[in-house]
Amino acid sequence: MSTKTKQFNEIIKAEAKNLNFYYGDFHALKGLDFKVSEKKVTALIGPSGCGKTTFLRCFNRMHDLYPNNRYEGEILMYPDEINIVGDNIDPIEVRMRISMVFQKPNPFPKTIYENVAYGLRVRGIRGKDIIDERVEKSLRGAALWDEVKDRLHEHAFNMSGGQQQRLCIARALATDPEILLFDEPTSALDPIATSKVEELIVELKKVLTILIVTHNMQQAARISDYTAFMYVGELVEFGDTDTIFTAPTQKLTEEYITGRFG
Amino acid sequence: MKKKIFSKRYIIETMIEGSLMLSAVFSIFITLGIIFVLCYESLEFFKEIPIKDFLTGTVWTPLFANPQFGILPLVAGTLLTTAVAVSVALPIGLITAIYLSEYAPHKFRETVKPILELLEAVPTVVYGYFALLFLTPLLQKVFENLSGFNALSPGLIMGIMIVPYVGSVSEDALKAVPMHIREGSYAMGATKLQTAFKVLIPSAFSGIAAAFIMGISRAIGETMIVAIAAGMMPNFTANPMEPIQTLTSYIVQVSLGDLPHGTIEYKTIFAAGIVLFIMTLSFNIIGFWLKKRIREAY
Ligand SMILES: Nc1ncnc2c1ncn2[C@@H]1O[C@H](COP(=O)(O)OP(=O)(O)O)[C@@H](O)[C@H]1O
Ligand SMILES: [Mg+2]
Repeated sequence: MSTKTKQFNEIIKAEAKNLNFYYGDFHALKGLDFKVSEKKVTALIGPSGCGKTTFLRCFNRMHDLYPNNRYEGEILMYPDEINIVGDNIDPIEVRMRISMVFQKPNPFPKTIYENVAYGLRVRGIRGKDIIDERVEKSLRGAALWDEVKDRLHEHAFNMSGGQQQRLCIARALATDPEILLFDEPTSALDPIATSKVEELIVELKKVLTILIVTHNMQQAARISDYTAFMYVGELVEFGDTDTIFTAPTQKLTEEYITGRFG
Repeated sequence: MKKKIFSKRYIIETMIEGSLMLSAVFSIFITLGIIFVLCYESLEFFKEIPIKDFLTGTVWTPLFANPQFGILPLVAGTLLTTAVAVSVALPIGLITAIYLSEYAPHKFRETVKPILELLEAVPTVVYGYFALLFLTPLLQKVFENLSGFNALSPGLIMGIMIVPYVGSVSEDALKAVPMHIREGSYAMGATKLQTAFKVLIPSAFSGIAAAFIMGISRAIGETMIVAIAAGMMPNFTANPMEPIQTLTSYIVQVSLGDLPHGTIEYKTIFAAGIVLFIMTLSFNIIGFWLKKRIREAY
């Protein structure tokens, strides 16, 4: 792997060190070393099945929901340097700090308001004023407030797909996460909704650290500061997005970004 | 030659198809026939007893020398045992469902679910005697004022009997909630319990409600347990310690005697029957409607 990057003079928010991951006997991630800069967008690209989703889901311990999954190595989160995938760390504690937006919008069967308030309620936050305020702030943060402010108590399923995805972003923002994970957040959306979500992601990096999986290389080029190219469970190349897309050092990366496979 | 083979096969096909349809139609006609008899005989009944007296009367003594035909004691008895049963079956059924669907290891669930479903095959007469000979004496040690026949004990047993049904239908509904909805909740830092109560139950609401309503409808229609352990005593009360009679056990009681056709006592069976029919039918319709809605949810 090659690392030719301006990253060393930035604050690192999280760092994978020799991370391996196994689905039962299947070795899905092979010794990844990887740094995530604070308040930047880092994109994970690579052909389908190379392990992007698997890697992303290590960051909020989603794999713990299913039996026989195993992490090896570490992902350190700074500044406190806890090992996110450590056996001694409660996955719920990790998820309290690192939130996720999924490929397919997955609002809960509740009102718009209650969807956004969910994370607060789960954390035992009471008090209508506080919750009202956080709901509004999050919906504004997700560029959804103007569209829904008059129908906060309508069912979330009545929204369009793009709105539902921005609602999921608002839901994730409500609890002030330190890192926000996106797994192909626009793959189920039309071009207009997609560009709204992209603008939003660029806006959000002012306040938090973003890690995004994308299948779409133009998207990675448009919105990310750093790009990691993965191939069959390994990290082939990592660097500044500009460098990766204009002067990749690895032949495989070049072949992928020029569309010769994938 | 060719044509002959064709027509022979054609005749056989038509005959098979016809007989299949006939058996389907047959069962529908039988059901309609039963409903017709039920309505006809109860109309005969209401020619003699004003419907208003029937629906508002609080004394049910059709077999006495000076008979009275107020259905309310039987309705009260039915609702009372049902209420007791439901207060056991719904919470335990739901908790069982949540445990099986969200907590239990896969292997455990695969073993327990068939056993639960098997429990439904225990003959109700067994449950009835269990209530009368085991549970009632046991409860009498706690509640001194509990009669030997009462609504409480058969109600509780009926509840236990319905738990597997409510549990397994609710579990199906919970299992049908797509994984990405659960993941959404866990990703927000929710615990299993929070996910189950705040997200899964609302997601599976129609299915769980359908399970509840079908369970209630079973309790209303249950006959043997109450006939054995509740006392066969029409009693307009809300106190589960007292002996009572339900619509179903009244029908059993009267059907077992040899009442001559056409007498008013005979017709009471149908009057009680139609009340029972309307009660269970309305619950089943609500349940059916809710069940249909689950499929539209996702
Ligand atoms: N739950 C699972 N169990 C076993 N193998 C899995 C599971 N999920 C994904 N995989 C495998 O892990 C590899 C990486 O998958 P994934 O991370 O989903 O790739 P990507 O997101 O890059 O398309 C693939 O070979 C895939 O088949
Ligand atoms: Mg993926």
